[in-house]
Amino acid sequence: MASHMIIDVDGLGMLITLLQREGYRVIGPTLRDGAIGYDVISQVDDLPLGWEDEQDAGRYRVKQRQDTAVFGYAVGPHSWKRFLYPSPVVLWRARHSADGWRINQPAEDGARLAFLGVRSCDLHAIMVLDRVLLRGPYVDPSYAERRRQAFLVAVQCAHFTPRTCFCVSLGTGPRATHGFDLALTELVQPQTHRFVVEVGSARGAAILQQLPHRPAQPSDLAAAERAIAQTAASMGRQLQTAGLPAALLANLEHPHWDTIAQRCLACGNCTLVCPTCFCFTAEERTDLTGATTERIRHLDTCFTLSFTYTAGKSLRQSIRSRYRQWLTHKLATWVEQFGTFGCVGCGRCITWCPVGIDLTVEAATIASTGQTTKGVE
Amino acid sequence: MDHRALTTQVTGSPFVPLPFLVIGRRRETRDTVTLRLRSLCDATLHAQPGQFMMLSVYGIGEVPISISGLPRRPGELEHTIRAVGSVTRHLVALHRGDHIGVRGPFGTGWPLEAAYGQDVLLIAGGLGLAPLRSALVAILRERWRYRQVVVLYGARSPADLLYRRDLSGWQQRAKITVYVTVDHPDPSWRGQVGVVPNLIRQVTALFEPTNTVAMICGPEIMMRFTVRELQKHGIPDERIFLSLERNMQCGIGLCGHCQFGPFFLCKDGPVLPYSRLAPYRDIREL
Repeated sequence: MASHMIIDVDGLGMLITLLQREGYRVIGPTLRDGAIGYDVISQVDDLPLGWEDEQDAGRYRVKQRQDTAVFGYAVGPHSWKRFLYPSPVVLWRARHSADGWRINQPAEDGARLAFLGVRSCDLHAIMVLDRVLLRGPYVDPSYAERRRQAFLVAVQCAHFTPRTCFCVSLGTGPRATHGFDLALTELVQPQTHRFVVEVGSARGAAILQQLPHRPAQPSDLAAAERAIAQTAASMGRQLQTAGLPAALLANLEHPHWDTIAQRCLACGNCTLVCPTCFCFTAEERTDLTGATTERIRHLDTCFTLSFTYTAGKSLRQSIRSRYRQWLTHKLATWVEQFGTFGCVGCGRCITWCPVGIDLTVEAATIASTGQTTKGVE
Repeated sequence: MDHRALTTQVTGSPFVPLPFLVIGRRRETRDTVTLRLRSLCDATLHAQPGQFMMLSVYGIGEVPISISGLPRRPGELEHTIRAVGSVTRHLVALHRGDHIGVRGPFGTGWPLEAAYGQDVLLIAGGLGLAPLRSALVAILRERWRYRQVVVLYGARSPADLLYRRDLSGWQQRAKITVYVTVDHPDPSWRGQVGVVPNLIRQVTALFEPTNTVAMICGPEIMMRFTVRELQKHGIPDERIFLSLERNMQCGIGLCGHCQFGPFFLCKDGPVLPYSRLAPYRDIREL
């Protein structure tokens, strides 16, 4: 099969139907409660046709577009973590009987998930989670199963202004180059609304075979490239990553941490919307008689006092220390731990911070005004 | 050999505890007991001194507890537990015949092999003696491999001293030096009063700084001053090992709670050489 094909909007609908017929639960962007999030979809009309978003630090609005673009917006408050690494998850259950406690491991729900509309930053976020949850000495069984099954339809970022994005700085976008089964580039022109399709895997090719498609013309490919290049050229934020981990670790006592702490509410929104934040808390839940119990985990945030509660007190009492933990984990210690940044430049934490704290600005301030030699190498 | 925790080998999930039976219980102090546990499944354990297990009381919760002894029978464990929270209160209330869930072993152990042919300083504050006791048991079994072995131990009060029988037994063995101090003596106390770091200068004649391995576990403030004192006496940072405590919830570097700088103390620690910790030593609330 030639590397690039064309499908039209009907083909997109058929793709959804086909994936469902193959046994996938299809999840894609949908407009709800004034934001474009991800949820189960069953037809093209569930997608936010003709909608776009306006984002800035601490600000998110949706509005109607002039055209009928299906994917003409940046990422919203949800990420695919919500489905690959859901919260809560039951780790095990135990039942008390005459001969003691019997423990069993709940089976996975077996749902095969297909994600429609995965942006390049989020593909990289999934690859970051793969490193954390699959490539270490221990594998997270629940993530492993969902990840193995997941069918990824990427969408190249085009036809919107990426105001809080900075994927170009991190080399994570806007073009999705690998890690997908199929990748779509939307072309919205008055007469012909269509998608350039790139195949990324054998199972992607098998799905595309079953859709009405035709080879892409050089003019289609050129239009697709122009649209992606336009997104790359209009990145609203940037982050200087060279030398950043060492610069941050050399400045753990920088006075600017106090300045940020005066604004930070420690609400944890940034960790909630972050596509790579993986920290969790485990809890025991029993029935009223105490004869059955289950251990569950739910996503946690390093912004709470309880997160570091050890031997009778919280070790990170100040908001300064909690914000510093989050930022230095994302942009410094993550590199040492997992060989990659914990940030993919999606900009969600900037948009959804209620006071508009922008990590690209804060990291740059600390790196450029701090000490360069003393401290941690 | 599969080096992953026993749990994963048996159940396929690192989160699912294995059933163990309480086979012995010894009261150490008012609030602290030592439990002996035996595996109810057919598997062998390779827990090293310094490592920890996650202990579950079904229906209550799970906590990280270090290995405090080295039972000779395969599939057995020994843990010293102080009642400080809801899970540990339930743990110390367990009796022989009770069931308990166990995951592990997790984390790094004490550098016992690296200390072959060296002087060894074991320095403990409070409950910090528990993880060091497992190291001492291992050292005593191969006493000929080590030169001087010195134990320095501080507790809040005479009533809080752990392993009292062991302590007198160790003291009577000519080849181990034990110094004990308390913060708050009672009228019957005839030993030393004061903080642990002050004991170090009393034993400097016993060790050769550049051929010494020091292993420390105790409250962070105690460890900070102990390290300074050891440095003052010429022990290099890479020969000083600390066991750090954090709010470990998974034991496998996934829950994130135990991070200290770049380290997940549950898998990169809890035992780390001070040379790796030194860059972060003075950072508040790290």
